[in-house]
Amino acid sequence: MTILLFYLAAFVAVIATSLVITRTNAVHALIYLIVSLLATGFVFLLLGAYFAALLEVIVYAGAVMVLFLFVLMMLGLGRDGEGRERELLQPHLWYGPAFLCGVLLGEWGILFLGWSQPFPLHAVDAKQVGISLLGPYFLAVELASMLLLAGLVGAYHLTELQRRPGA
Amino acid sequence: MNGLGSAADIGGILGWGIVVAALMIWVERRLLAFWQERLGPNRVGPFGIMQVMADMLKLFFKDEWVPPFSDRTVFVLAPVIGMMAALLGLSLIPFAPGVGVADLNFSLLCLLGLASLSVYSPLLAGYASHSKYPLLGGLRAAAQSFSYEVFMGLAAMGVVMQTGTFDLRIIVESQREGWYIGPQMLGFVLFLIAAVAETHRAPFDLPEAEQELVAGFHTEYSGIKFGMFFVGEYIGIILNSALIVTLYLGGWWGPAFLPPLAWFLLKLAGFLALYLLLRTALPRPRYDQLMRFGWMVLLPLALLNLIATAAWEVF
Repeated sequence: MTILLFYLAAFVAVIATSLVITRTNAVHALIYLIVSLLATGFVFLLLGAYFAALLEVIVYAGAVMVLFLFVLMMLGLGRDGEGRERELLQPHLWYGPAFLCGVLLGEWGILFLGWSQPFPLHAVDAKQVGISLLGPYFLAVELASMLLLAGLVGAYHLTELQRRPGA
Repeated sequence: MNGLGSAADIGGILGWGIVVAALMIWVERRLLAFWQERLGPNRVGPFGIMQVMADMLKLFFKDEWVPPFSDRTVFVLAPVIGMMAALLGLSLIPFAPGVGVADLNFSLLCLLGLASLSVYSPLLAGYASHSKYPLLGGLRAAAQSFSYEVFMGLAAMGVVMQTGTFDLRIIVESQREGWYIGPQMLGFVLFLIAAVAETHRAPFDLPEAEQELVAGFHTEYSGIKFGMFFVGEYIGIILNSALIVTLYLGGWWGPAFLPPLAWFLLKLAGFLALYLLLRTALPRPRYDQLMRFGWMVLLPLALLNLIATAAWEVF
């Protein structure tokens, strides 16, 4: 049963991700990306890495994708946005993500009700993640944080340029 | 834990959630009226309690109108996402020993994840309505819940540090000796503010500010889809109040003359009333004030709380 759940989630992730690539429309691609991230999170959960699974949901599906959608919404209603927006809103393209999300929801329900158990692998809890991040992978964490700092400074610089009159 | 997740628990808690959310609407209207020296709905049934029933029937039989200019599927899906996230969250709350739907050892994280997914409900509603006020409301709702979620999570991490677990049941168990509202006073206040903002309740109801945005993200909604937004919001209030009770007020613990479940529900009722009182008592800030307050005041305070708790735990 668990192996079935695993393959189903992985299948959803693969299909959703390939649909992200093939969509010409940014918003629909984004919705599929959210489904794909949820599916990946579910795979993590089945493998016992619940912390990574929930970070996937909280950080990627819940925060980063909201920002993406936010930006797309802001751009969608520009001066010449009306026609583009109408082009973006083709309802039949939404059945896909809704169906794939439904599959994931069903799986979640099965696991939730205890009709099936996650794989009996060793669970990676939050403490172990922290220890390995600040232990063997310390350099990688520092490098990533420096990269993020550079991004932050860059973004700040860009908004400053826009705020200055005449620039 | 035995008895968890039985059919009675699932049906009872989810049904209870929806019924209480619907009743809350009546309670809110009555209490608001009393605080403003009016009578409020008092005609239908004893004390007007059947007003909810009448409203619900009206919403059920209203024409299912979907604006022809909207993105139909997303338009229908948006209220469902919000309500589903809130109800799923309710299933993770430990009501009393042996009462609750699910017992996960990462239930707090899971709740934060569901809270972050529920942002999609107003965002997609604003997007799919394809009209100006809902769009503005959706953007406001997204930016607001998204920022205040950060502070909510950071404030809750203080409790997590003290107990060393994400399991809400263990968090409640460990408050047998003393509730976390004492050592985590600052965290409690931050969490309370963030929880009000996260449910878009007054005074932080800027996504639905009537004077500016008509009804915000649900302007185009009518009938039972509007009802789902409405009830979903109240389920969100119940969920966040239950979370506050669980994290800071010792959950089901209390003197033994009442059963644990009664204590939990009593504390919960107190917070629900507080939500309503806040609405009567406080004016609405401006949107930029709201965002500035969040990032300039709440974030540093939440980080301070986190550092102080960490220092306390280490030394």
